[in-house]
Amino acid sequence: MNTNDTKTAGTKTVGGKTTTAQDMLGAAAARARRRAERAPKALRLVTYLLVLPFETLGGVGERFRDWWGGLPGYGRWTAYVLLILGAIALPSPRIASFMSPYTDWPTLLFFPIGGYILLALGLNVVVGMAGLLDLGYVAFFAIGAYTMAVLATKYGWGFWEILPVGIVITALSGLILGAPTLRLRGDYLAIVTLGFGEIIRQTARNTDYIGGPNGIGGIPHPPTLTEWEIPDAEPFTSFGLAGVSPFQYGALDGRPYYYLMLLAIVLTIIFVKRLENSRVGRAWAAIREDEDAAELMGVPTFRYKLASFAIGAAIGGLAGVIYAGQAVSIVPALFTFIVSATILAAVVLGGSGNIPGVMLGAFLVAWIPERVRGLQDYRILMFGGVLVLLMAFRPEGLLPSRRRKAELAEGTGGMGSLGAEVGGPGTQAAAEVNK
Amino acid sequence: MSSFIDQFWPSTIDGLSLGAIYALIALGYTMVYGVLRLINFAHSEIFMIGTVAALAVLIGIDTQLLGGFTLIGMLLLLAVVAGVFSGGSAVALEYVAYRPLRRHGASRLAALISAIGASIFLQQLFARVIIPEYFNLPEEKGALPIQHQFVERFNVVAIGDFVVSNDKFVIIVGGIAMMVVLDLIVNRTRLGRGIRATAQDPETAVLMGVNIDRIVTATFLIGGVMAGVAAALYMMRFEELSIKAFTAAVLGGIGNLRGALLGGFVLGLLEFYGSSIFGSEWRDVVAFSILVLVLMFRPTGILGESLQQARA
Repeated sequence: MNTNDTKTAGTKTVGGKTTTAQDMLGAAAARARRRAERAPKALRLVTYLLVLPFETLGGVGERFRDWWGGLPGYGRWTAYVLLILGAIALPSPRIASFMSPYTDWPTLLFFPIGGYILLALGLNVVVGMAGLLDLGYVAFFAIGAYTMAVLATKYGWGFWEILPVGIVITALSGLILGAPTLRLRGDYLAIVTLGFGEIIRQTARNTDYIGGPNGIGGIPHPPTLTEWEIPDAEPFTSFGLAGVSPFQYGALDGRPYYYLMLLAIVLTIIFVKRLENSRVGRAWAAIREDEDAAELMGVPTFRYKLASFAIGAAIGGLAGVIYAGQAVSIVPALFTFIVSATILAAVVLGGSGNIPGVMLGAFLVAWIPERVRGLQDYRILMFGGVLVLLMAFRPEGLLPSRRRKAELAEGTGGMGSLGAEVGGPGTQAAAEVNK
Repeated sequence: MSSFIDQFWPSTIDGLSLGAIYALIALGYTMVYGVLRLINFAHSEIFMIGTVAALAVLIGIDTQLLGGFTLIGMLLLLAVVAGVFSGGSAVALEYVAYRPLRRHGASRLAALISAIGASIFLQQLFARVIIPEYFNLPEEKGALPIQHQFVERFNVVAIGDFVVSNDKFVIIVGGIAMMVVLDLIVNRTRLGRGIRATAQDPETAVLMGVNIDRIVTATFLIGGVMAGVAAALYMMRFEELSIKAFTAAVLGGIGNLRGALLGGFVLGLLEFYGSSIFGSEWRDVVAFSILVLVLMFRPTGILGESLQQARA
């Protein structure tokens, strides 16, 4: 069983033993070989070659996390500051030609990349942390975007006033959806949330007040905060950022919006990370792994599930408001099931429950289809195929959550309460039988 | 409201014939769910493959309007062809997208993502490659704007408002016949016993000598063939049909064969009643809202879940 592999990897690194690069590669190769042995004979070599890079990446990730765990506090803060500085320098035209040969790189960074990262962080609260399967997450994104559009065009509110209102409204909509449905478990919850996503989209399409199928146009940009420009001095000049007004939200320059999104992402990460390590986060983990046991231990499961829904929804709404602030017009067709599926894919692909993993996953699902735009018609086709292949070769995600990995190794059959009523044996037995 | 009363019988008949198709598709979802606890998101694409295959046959033969026994023969031919394509692709799907994950003992969420990926892949494959190539059509969003009417329509029953045309009659009767056959397979044969045993407790089933791989393959095959037959029946009407068959499965109680049947008919009826009351653009909203309402009071669907409890 695969849990063996993860367990050995886990104990080795959790013990804090530093491994040499050679050991690490050897271990990755061994894990890949074990994986390949389970494949049919004809496919073994192919499987091995396909699995090896992922295992190596996973090994590097583990080693990195050990190193990170051993860093003193000031070292981490330095790293955080460096990461944020790197993110600020990211829209530099120097890498634009490689990163995005077909579209404007800063705009791409704003949406879909930044937007998907924010959405994935929000969905991760629901799926990764609390273990509730939400297939209609796009609804909250839509509610946020429509809140911005309606309040701005019909009532003349400004972006900064709408932002908190939009977050509150989406959080409330999360509560409204959650209150009747969160008593459902596993796949029933999944299908109801999927239905909710569709209800929101179709209601938007059928309601004339908000433009029906034509949506809402003429949404104003956020007001300019200051016309201050980044001075033409080093190091800004060499990054090509001189002369940018990061707080002036115009029609052309994508960079101010990107910085706005970046700020939202950073604040969300801090918020979510604090939550994860709090009483609430532990309660979510307990619910995720075994809802009944959590309830017996005195965790008010319903209240915490509702909280995760509302918080996830609020983050989705935040993304929606910011998106509408840049997009000028929104239509119901933007908010289809495929967006929910893509965000969920980002979460699972990156490693459900692990914040850097989720961000990596979101970056990849947003960036790759844009990068291969030359293949125009076939990129979504390839996206589907890649999802199937990745899940076949690395179902735990690129950078799986450690806490989660330890829990998986206990052998509860994965994803715990996503199908709480079925427990593990179903999937486990199939794996056992097919070995 | 008055349009609801005026339209009551036509809505009922339309709802039942749509419901029969929903029910046949829902059976595929529910069987796979019963055995693997997996929402097979690509099942709607399996149905689509059946419709494309049936359409290819229709265009290839290029028939005039058919009635009587030629119509029945044609339907059987369509059902066989669509069943073979749908069933075959369902089995292939299981081999490619789900079996590696089962071997790995992967999480159910990973399997779900794989299913969504396979669904996107198949949809795009047909929309972008196969349909434009094969039918010489401009690329559209998977739409086949071909109207290939081959049924000579007449009314089987006409008592006042209660009018049943032959195509709707065949859909309802054919759908119910397929379900009876399936019910017999699941409840009376050795294979069916294996399926029920696996759904109930895979570990014990293995210990009792059930070959799980074979059962899973058979489950996908049966589900695919059902979708293929649904596709052949669907060919007779060519109405806009949004696939919410999974909703039907959940409504009735997922994993439960009779639940899928009931859920399919209930969903079909509700959609037509809903559209006659609120207007057709609210059809899906009505369907999903009813689903949410039903689940609030019956959290495991109308008949409750689990395949093994669906006894004769």
